[in-house]
Amino acid sequence: MQIRPILAALRRHRLATMLIALEIALACAVLCNASFLISGRLSAMHVNSGVDEASLALIKLTGFDDAEAVDLNARVQSGLTGIAGMQSVTVTNTAPFADKVGTAGVTTSQEPGHPRAIVDYYIGGPGTFEAMGLRVVAGRGPQADDYHSFIGFVPDNAPVLVTRALAEHLWPGTDPLGKELWCDRLHFRVVGVLEHLVRPDPASFAPNTAEWTVFAPGLPGTKLAGTYLLKADPAQLPRVLREARAAMARLAPDAVVDDEFSRPLSEMREARFRQDRAMAGMLVGVICALLLVTALGIVGLASFWVQQRRKQIGIRRAIGATRRDILRYFQTENFLIVSAGIALGMVMAFGLNLVLMKYYELPRLPWTYFPVGALALWVLGQLAVLGPAMRAASVPPVVATRSV
Amino acid sequence: MFGYYLDLAIRSLRRNRVLTALMVVAIAAGIGASMTTLTVMHLLSGDPVPTRSNTLFYPQVDPDTSLTEHGEPADVMDYHSAVDLWRSHRADRETLVATAGAKLRAIDVRQPSLMIRVLATTADFFPMFDVPFQYGGGWQAADDESRARVAVISAQLNDKLFGGANSVGRSVRVRGSEVRIVGVLRPWRPSPQFYEVAGGRFSSGNTAGYYARPEDVMLPFFTGVEVAGDTFDVFNCWRVPDNFMHLPESPCSWVAMWVQLGSPAKVSGYARFLAGYAVQQKRLGRFTHADNTRLRGLMQWLDYNRVVPSDVRLQAWLAFAFLAVCLFNTIGLLLAKFLRRSGEIGVRRALGASRRAVFAQCLVEAGLIGLLGGMGGWLLTLLGLWLVRRQPAAYADLVHLDPLMFLTTFALAIAASLLAGLLPAFRASRVAPGLQLKTL
Repeated sequence: MQIRPILAALRRHRLATMLIALEIALACAVLCNASFLISGRLSAMHVNSGVDEASLALIKLTGFDDAEAVDLNARVQSGLTGIAGMQSVTVTNTAPFADKVGTAGVTTSQEPGHPRAIVDYYIGGPGTFEAMGLRVVAGRGPQADDYHSFIGFVPDNAPVLVTRALAEHLWPGTDPLGKELWCDRLHFRVVGVLEHLVRPDPASFAPNTAEWTVFAPGLPGTKLAGTYLLKADPAQLPRVLREARAAMARLAPDAVVDDEFSRPLSEMREARFRQDRAMAGMLVGVICALLLVTALGIVGLASFWVQQRRKQIGIRRAIGATRRDILRYFQTENFLIVSAGIALGMVMAFGLNLVLMKYYELPRLPWTYFPVGALALWVLGQLAVLGPAMRAASVPPVVATRSV
Repeated sequence: MFGYYLDLAIRSLRRNRVLTALMVVAIAAGIGASMTTLTVMHLLSGDPVPTRSNTLFYPQVDPDTSLTEHGEPADVMDYHSAVDLWRSHRADRETLVATAGAKLRAIDVRQPSLMIRVLATTADFFPMFDVPFQYGGGWQAADDESRARVAVISAQLNDKLFGGANSVGRSVRVRGSEVRIVGVLRPWRPSPQFYEVAGGRFSSGNTAGYYARPEDVMLPFFTGVEVAGDTFDVFNCWRVPDNFMHLPESPCSWVAMWVQLGSPAKVSGYARFLAGYAVQQKRLGRFTHADNTRLRGLMQWLDYNRVVPSDVRLQAWLAFAFLAVCLFNTIGLLLAKFLRRSGEIGVRRALGASRRAVFAQCLVEAGLIGLLGGMGGWLLTLLGLWLVRRQPAAYADLVHLDPLMFLTTFALAIAASLLAGLLPAFRASRVAPGLQLKTL
């Protein structure tokens, strides 16, 4: 296939060629960045919670006084344990994707100038750690004598577990076991490292800090009451939760059940990321509409050119060009225009990514998006031009003899 | 001439229906997408108190003693500073704002207890923010300090508890304390819920929560402090409190303050007063950073908190990029369409039409496509807004197409299509009549 005659013909239609190339460039820039945004949302949605979500549910009670707390814990725990299929009922302050209750800063020393982090504390009563199914990668989990009653916001001097992500931020390259942590004057010692444990609300934090959490054991009491982690077989969980909620009217008639956070963990995960899902859906819609409009533009312009060149096509056919040659001509022409558009589009995609990085704190666009985006547009261009090119190929040589 | 051009345009559009439909659909899709996002932006970035937002100000001081270096002061104040400033009565009007969650039970109404949001505020809140009443009114200024057991409730709560009847004089129990209703609001939905906006810089752009509904029960500030106790929402604590139960003495910020200042002189006067207060507190040893005070206007404060969610802004950018692609598409198609008629244009030119006339004729045709695209765009915008309303965002129920945005839809469609038509029309008007006549 000779490219030179095609380039010569395109030179006659500089403006239209440029417009199509620009359209493709813009589509390429938006396509690459929008796909990248979608993948970011999807990976945020599929964050590893570190807990056994499928078999866990939460019940959160509000509207009770501190004085009733100890009594309430005892009544609810003993009352719910009897439900058929219930594996455990433990007291916790919150759970992944539930209420955000324990966000605070920690430092590795009381002196200023040491690494800091804004973390979420999970405070679990006896059994919570085991019920969550957290995996310890170094050190040990909480033991029976680690649980103490407390009056502040977190148990002081607690032996805590930190996630691997937090340990790597606070003590990069060193063994975190035995290290000290401070939250103002509250002091903790690290006894174990967790593989994963996500914040209750990871969507409101930068993705690299989604797992900055600390697990502290504590005994239920005035400061740890009203939120219960239920564990049951995943198949039984909906029924167990329903029965547990029904039992609340009897066990805690004065308290109010918080509907938003009295659900299976999997449902709360869904709710936490509903906005991201909607956004990802919208981005997919934009990409589809964009590709459709681009394809229609190619179809429109290619049809116009085919019609305009009927006579020339007839002449070429009359002097020996096959249908295949004509088809190839239009396909090559489209390939050249789309390639020019893609080349410009790569630069624009890169620029757009820089803008997004500046204003939306997005990471850099990985290079793998460029070849994939280019391939998508080449395929789109070839598909769009196929119809008009076939019509061109079907122009009979006899056209050349008419009205010349 | 315009009528004639219109007639020509209609004929021309009818001649090639597929091409016309392609252009109209492209414009409609681009307009639909961009107007949907623009409408949401417009509703979320509006002025929540249009009558007097330029006289409302948000004072900030820096009570944090834990840091050696200070950036911006805390978004809300500690109890001590807020109450000191409020009791000084240096502004035309001033109000304190703190929120809590509490259990509510209606007296002599058979309904289970419910958890509601409580706003502890002062008497000036209602006149200052133009809060509309359905029955009764706000409480008296003296009720704040005297801890009167009175309340104002929302229209929604009134509907739920009393079936929408005039409930002034009846009582409800908030966290066990009985309060008498003195006023019932009309449905009131400021966008955003500006008086509570704080902490935007820590939200990673997830600010949809700023568009939530106002609280269901409003109590005089000191009554609220007594009733709601330690259940207030705390913005931040700069030290772990010794006694977690008693918020007023805690090293925590949880009370916001708004002031109304009628003239620029009063604004600078108040800013000086605020700075003076901070210096005095530093002398007393309560502050460590006396020079860190702010007095932002309402709209400035909303901008500082970047209240429009970053997803909404991102959607608007995407939609306009999409519109741009649609426009490029339309330019290409219009070019094809106009130049296909080169022969016809050649004849018109040979018969005496000026380049100007050809240009105008082409633009009329482009404008007509814009008008048709605008109608399609309007329908798609309605569809888009319906989709936004189904989203789980706090602002979903606020979304509607107001008359301004309705007109903007058509203005944008026609402007976009005229813009797209400029280049093709120019090229068409440059067609050489002689050459075209020869090839006819």
